[in-house]
Amino acid sequence: MTLLQFDLSVLSISVLAGLLGSLLGLGGGIIIIPFLTLLFKIDIRYAIGASIVSVIATSSGAAAAYVKERMTNLRVAMVLELATSAGALTGAYLAGHLSVRWLYIIFGIVMGYSALIMFRKRHESATDISVSAPWADYLRLHSSYYDEASGEEIIYRVARTRVGLGLMYIAGVVSGLLGIGSGALKVPAMDLAMRLPIKVSTATSNFMIGVTAAASAGVYFARGDIDPFVAAPVATGVLIGAILGSRLLGRLQSTTIRFVFVVVLLWVSGQMLLKGLRG
Amino acid sequence: MTKTQALESSAELEIEERVRKVELLISNLLRLGVILSLTLIVFGTVVTFVQHPEYLSERSFFGRSSAPRGAILNSLSDVGAGLRAFKGDAIVTLGILLLIATPVIRVGVSIFAFIYQRDRLYTLITAIVFCLLLLSFVLGKVE
Repeated sequence: MTLLQFDLSVLSISVLAGLLGSLLGLGGGIIIIPFLTLLFKIDIRYAIGASIVSVIATSSGAAAAYVKERMTNLRVAMVLELATSAGALTGAYLAGHLSVRWLYIIFGIVMGYSALIMFRKRHESATDISVSAPWADYLRLHSSYYDEASGEEIIYRVARTRVGLGLMYIAGVVSGLLGIGSGALKVPAMDLAMRLPIKVSTATSNFMIGVTAAASAGVYFARGDIDPFVAAPVATGVLIGAILGSRLLGRLQSTTIRFVFVVVLLWVSGQMLLKGLRG
Repeated sequence: MTKTQALESSAELEIEERVRKVELLISNLLRLGVILSLTLIVFGTVVTFVQHPEYLSERSFFGRSSAPRGAILNSLSDVGAGLRAFKGDAIVTLGILLLIATPVIRVGVSIFAFIYQRDRLYTLITAIVFCLLLLSFVLGKVE
């Protein structure tokens, strides 16, 4: 394969990864890494380096639209980012002291279980206004966004902030240890525990994964893991996909997004279980 | 409506307006950063192909990315030297570094945004997040 052929094929896969990632609040690494290593035989080091770039590209590519449409809840993102960053630091510290194999199995099961709950609740719309939420009141987390699909301003309240913080800390530890799966844990935590509307959950997760990935990207760059010839088509494709995806999110039905998220979550959960079982 | 209530709601409106202004500013800043880095990455790739037309047909070149090697730019001074020599890979790397910087800049700008909104609590929270970000940058390098 020539470099041009490689560029064009990686570009088209990356557009898809960016589109899916920006809609679901995931990084796209779950799509990029297997393609680069299995199909193109790229060394895992460069594949991981390119996937870090892809996470940031998904986040930044979609961010402009999500901020403008008030889909991202910046306050929720900042409060939760406290827990995620602390978790990521803990994870980096714990790395090498814990059996990664069991973590893959445990979180494979956790993700599979969240996928099932999300599937069962797929027709439910969020916004349970009656719940009392002292922490969210104090932190002024409740907000609203304009939903293009229904043509309405959706006012929502945030519940169980402390549970959300705890889950985000765990998500941070896991991504610090395993380097993957942070978006796949963040979205269910915001959706199921904190009761944010699914679109707000994915857009807010989208912002957070970019910040977390940027924190570790410097290390990958200094180690020489970011190969410009691998990262260039990935970044270009993912940015294009994320820009397109961010225009689409508002127009899609929440039920559709939940359904696609559940399918992808099951896929991630299966991959994690396989990794854990194979050892 | 009493006088104090009217004052309060006008202050709230003003804050609301400030929040909106800041959101649009951040949105435009992000768009600018993304467009700039996308342009650099695509331009750098084109420069690479113009300087090395053999990459269009040669199959062996691609093989180098499937095994670790030492020629990857991994410091700012290397990138600077490559840029002065107008090398494609240095231009691409600059674009990627700009992309990596956008979320960091976004958090940094948000600190000032919360100051502008006179929101002390969130100025503090965002500043802590920013410090944790920088801390993981520094801690990562030690490893």
